[in-house]
Amino acid sequence: MIFDVENETLPREDLQKLQLRRLQDVVARVYENVPFYRKKLDERGVKPEHIQQLSDVTLLPFTEKQDLRNHYPFGLFAVSRENIVRIHSSSGTTGKATVVGYTRRDIRTWAKLCARCLAAAGAHSGDFVHNAYGYGLFTGGLGVHYGAEELGATVIPISGGGTRRQAMLLRDFGATVLTCTPSYALHLCEAAKEMGIDIRELPVRIGIFGAEPWTDSMRTEIETKLGITAIDIYGLSEIMGPGVAIECAKVKKGLHIQEDHFLPEIINSDTGEQLPAGEKGELVITTLTKEGIPLLRYRTRDISRLNTAPCRCGRTTARMERITGRSDDMLIIRGVNVFPSQIETILLETEGLTPHYQLIVTREGNLDNMEVRVEVDENVFSDQVKNLQRLESKIEKNIKEFLGVTARCKLVEPKGIERSEGKAKRIIDMRKP
Amino acid sequence: MKVDQLSIFLENRAGRLAEVTRILSESGVNIRALSLADTSDFGILRLIVSDFDTAKENLKAGGFTVGRTTVVAVEVPDQPGGLHSILDMLRDAKINVEYMYAFVTQSGANAIIIFRFDRTDQAIELLEKNNIRMVPGETLYKM
Repeated sequence: MIFDVENETLPREDLQKLQLRRLQDVVARVYENVPFYRKKLDERGVKPEHIQQLSDVTLLPFTEKQDLRNHYPFGLFAVSRENIVRIHSSSGTTGKATVVGYTRRDIRTWAKLCARCLAAAGAHSGDFVHNAYGYGLFTGGLGVHYGAEELGATVIPISGGGTRRQAMLLRDFGATVLTCTPSYALHLCEAAKEMGIDIRELPVRIGIFGAEPWTDSMRTEIETKLGITAIDIYGLSEIMGPGVAIECAKVKKGLHIQEDHFLPEIINSDTGEQLPAGEKGELVITTLTKEGIPLLRYRTRDISRLNTAPCRCGRTTARMERITGRSDDMLIIRGVNVFPSQIETILLETEGLTPHYQLIVTREGNLDNMEVRVEVDENVFSDQVKNLQRLESKIEKNIKEFLGVTARCKLVEPKGIERSEGKAKRIIDMRKP
Repeated sequence: MKVDQLSIFLENRAGRLAEVTRILSESGVNIRALSLADTSDFGILRLIVSDFDTAKENLKAGGFTVGRTTVVAVEVPDQPGGLHSILDMLRDAKINVEYMYAFVTQSGANAIIIFRFDRTDQAIELLEKNNIRMVPGETLYKM
């Protein structure tokens, strides 16, 4: 089903006209209201009226995640605080989180776009949505929640964790749609099996999975083990949250970007040059309608490609290929974004520690595990086991507190961390892509 | 009455202990007493050696994290209740034993126990007052 037939099936020519009008509008708004953008545009000698056609987007400056951090917390907001009705934030150490704000209209738009996604995945009013995305500052839970209500479905706001209880309620309530990270879906399936619950026999028929990269082979595994149709959803908090793009259940070849609200580009991540349609590179998104924190040419660091060929589902929007990698060192651990630099900050803030560390990421069963190896030098060494164990727990606690992700800390000897050509190898990711 | 103990951080994997003894052997350093505390991940090797400074320097050069800890070597009569009477007086003085390990000398009839106290100075004072025999570091290193 197509939730918003008019906007999701616009002839591309009309869509591009709409995009241009909205692009001109957003550039004018940020030039007027966001000092950061005014300065950047002035430096380039670009005025809002220079945007005459869609390709003029390349005149605009990029926005990086670091720009949001540099203007922490509200420095890039384009409206006064009284007009912001909601704040979300990504994980980060103090002062390093990225914070986004939504106006009343932004929340409405987000709900509609998430409703479109649920419909594209095959859900409809009357469906029962078991929403196991985390609620709170993370955008996943509330984004899907509002979308499901907008669609006219019933939401179970179960949030993350408490897996045995989740399995029980999935069975008892008879949800028809499951929303969570793909790895959690498999974990839930295993836990249910141990309790004697076979998810294949439950009414659940659709799974909408995102917030971490996954592959087609993982899709096959999920579809077989849970007896459902598994759909990939894409979003990021800086742009809006979940609902930026979605696969259609009919074709499942690429994720339809909600192009009437987001203008996508693919660039060469080294040169910043825009790449021709169909080429692989870093996805860059300009928000066209967002009021709270509009972003020009936001560098997602996600690697993809765009396909504007018409889709059999009837939608005319461009489809982005499933994310195949990242152009930076961000790790996604159980759906939580983790940058090695954040771990480094936490270690440096722990008394006496040197920033000699290494992250080992593995997948045990279906869940990600992160081990943080830290070198012990004379400043922190003790002849007593309890002191060193206390240090390990303190590091684990700080990581949990600041990043919201569980890690195991392991102390190692100095130079115990592999160095290749003198440069420490910070990350060892042993998960299969 | 204080004794210098060398503490060494070891990862819990094959060959690390042998690396320590190799360095000590090549440095001509003799081990007088030792104890190893271990967890699933790491261990702490505690040594009393014939030449503290040489051992520390060479182990550091070999990439180990080493520390100096002050411990006390107590001579304990080799008879029932020998250790108990000492622990009794420590308890009464509310001095905590963090860890301890024992060894027997070739000549003496007494055992020597190395103590790591939470309050070393008070412990020494207490033991002296009760005429408990302690072995000075210099004697122990050359034993």
